[in-house]
Amino acid sequence: MTFDINLVPDGGISWLDASGPDGNIVLSTRVRLARNIDGQRFTVRSSPEDNQVVLQQVERASRASRALHDAPLIRIDHLQPAERQLLHERHLISRDLTGLEADGNVRAGAALLTNGCVGVMVNEEDHVRLQCLKSGFALTEAYSDLERLDAEMGGQLAFAFHEEFGYLTSCPTNAGTGLRASVLIHLPGLVLTKEIAKVLQGLSQVGLTFRGLYGEGSEVVGNFFQLSNQTTLGKSETELLDHLGDMVRKVIEYEQQARHVLQRDAPTVTADKVWRAYGLLKYARSLSFEETMNLLSGVRLGVGLNLISDISVYTLNKLLIFAQPAHLAVREGREIGDPELSTARATYTRQLLEADAAR
Amino acid sequence: MQCDECQERPAAIHLTQIVNDSVTTVHLCEQCAADKGVQTGATVAKFPLSDFLASMGKGGGASNQSPVGDDTAECDHCGGTLRDFRESGRLGCPDCYRTFSGHLRDLLRRLHGASQHVGELYMAAVSGGSGDAPGIGELRDQLRRAVESENFELAAELRDRIRVME
Ligand SMILES: [Zn+2]
Ligand SMILES: [Zn+2]
Repeated sequence: MTFDINLVPDGGISWLDASGPDGNIVLSTRVRLARNIDGQRFTVRSSPEDNQVVLQQVERASRASRALHDAPLIRIDHLQPAERQLLHERHLISRDLTGLEADGNVRAGAALLTNGCVGVMVNEEDHVRLQCLKSGFALTEAYSDLERLDAEMGGQLAFAFHEEFGYLTSCPTNAGTGLRASVLIHLPGLVLTKEIAKVLQGLSQVGLTFRGLYGEGSEVVGNFFQLSNQTTLGKSETELLDHLGDMVRKVIEYEQQARHVLQRDAPTVTADKVWRAYGLLKYARSLSFEETMNLLSGVRLGVGLNLISDISVYTLNKLLIFAQPAHLAVREGREIGDPELSTARATYTRQLLEADAAR
Repeated sequence: MQCDECQERPAAIHLTQIVNDSVTTVHLCEQCAADKGVQTGATVAKFPLSDFLASMGKGGGASNQSPVGDDTAECDHCGGTLRDFRESGRLGCPDCYRTFSGHLRDLLRRLHGASQHVGELYMAAVSGGSGDAPGIGELRDQLRRAVESENFELAAELRDRIRVME
C-alpha cells in the first residue's frame, strides 16, 4: 500500500501555524487519554486476531462520533517503515505505534484515525489513545475537544474502569485518569543564562516531568522541552491540567525574564549568536538534524527578541518538521542517507528561508 | 556514547547549551547529571517503577490474593503473572488489576501518591456497559464496594441514584 499523507486533513499539521496563545515560546499543546476495552487483553499479551477485533470496534465507535465520523483510517501496520516514520515526525503517532523501536515489528491492527486536531491511535500500548494537538499554549481547549470525544467513544465501547484505580492501562504509570498533557516549549533564554537545570529540577519536585521534542525517551535538542504531568491518579483531570498550566505559565515568565537579562547584560553577544545562527542556517551547504535544531533555536530567539523580522514563526515551526529525515526523503522521492541527507536539508532550509525573506 | 564528565559511564542525558560562541550539547551519564543537579524526566519516571518492580515478589508487596513472595500466580483472564509484569513493566489485561490488586495498590501509591481515582467516572462501566440500567440491589452492592474502597465520589453518586429509585 502506498500511503498518501494528503489524505490526512491539513496534513495533520494545523498545530504548526503558530496561531495559538504564546505561540512564540510554546509551539504546541498535546493532551491524550489512555483507554482500554474491558475483557480484551492489553496489546502486550494480545493476539493479532484480538487486535483486529479492537480495531473494528474502535473504528465503529469513531464513525459514531462527531469528530471522527469521516476521518481517514490509516492502517499503520500496512505502511512501509519510512511512511510510519513520516507520521511520527509529524507528531501524529507515537514511537510505540510505529514499531520502529526495539524489534522493529509493527503491531497487527496498529492504526490511526485523525481529523483536524483530534485523533485516536488504535492498538498502541493501550487499545485506545485519544489525542488532541493544538497550536500554542492551549490546555483547556485541547482537553475540552478530547473530553467530548472520550464521552462519545465511551458510550460506544466498554472501557476498562475500576472503582478504585480508575481507567485501567497497560502500564500502571498511566492508570486513573489516563491523562497525559504536555506542552512543547522553547527555552533558549533559560539555557543561555544557565537557569534551566534549576527550573527543571523545580518542576520535577512539583510532580512534572520533561522530555525532548519527540516524547518519551527522546533527548532534548534545540532547547525544545516537553513539559508534562508525571502522575495520572489521585487528582482529577482539571486538577492535573490546572497544575501543569500554572507551572507552564511560570516557566514562560522565567523564560521572558531570562531573555530580558540577556538583552540587558549581553546585548552584543546575544545578537551575535542570533545572527550567526541565521547566517549558518541560510548559507550552509550541509546541515545535520541536530545542528539544524540548534540553529533554529537561535533564529527563533532572534525573532522573539525582535532582532530578526523577515522570518515568520510558522516557517521556523515548519522547518522543525520538514527538515527531518523521512520528510526530506519524501521531498527527494527516494530513500537518502548521509551525506546526501545533510545536503538536502541545507538546500530545503535555504529555500524556505529565502522564500520567507522575499515576502 | 560516553559521559563527558566522568568519561566512563554511558551518556544518558543530552543537554544543549550555548557556551561562548558555539552551540554545544553536553552528554552526561545519569549519575553525573544528578551530581550537577540535572534531573531528567526519564530518571524520575523510571526510577519508582523499576525500583518497585525489583522489590516486588521478593516479599516486598503486601498482597491479599497470593502468598507473599509468590510471583507465579496467574491472572485468570490473560494468564499473566507478577513475574511477567516485573519483567515487562506492563500488565496483561484489565483483570490483572483485580487479580493483583494488593500489589498494585502499593505500586500505584508509590507512583502517584494515591491509589484512589478521583477523576471522571465512567458511567457506562458503572451500569455494566450493557445499556441495561442496574437494579437497585446491584447498585447497593456497588455502593458497598465503593464505600469499602473509600471511593466516596462514586459512593455519593450511587447514593443519589438509589435515592431516585427508592
Ligand atoms: Zn558520568
Ligand atoms: Zn490479566
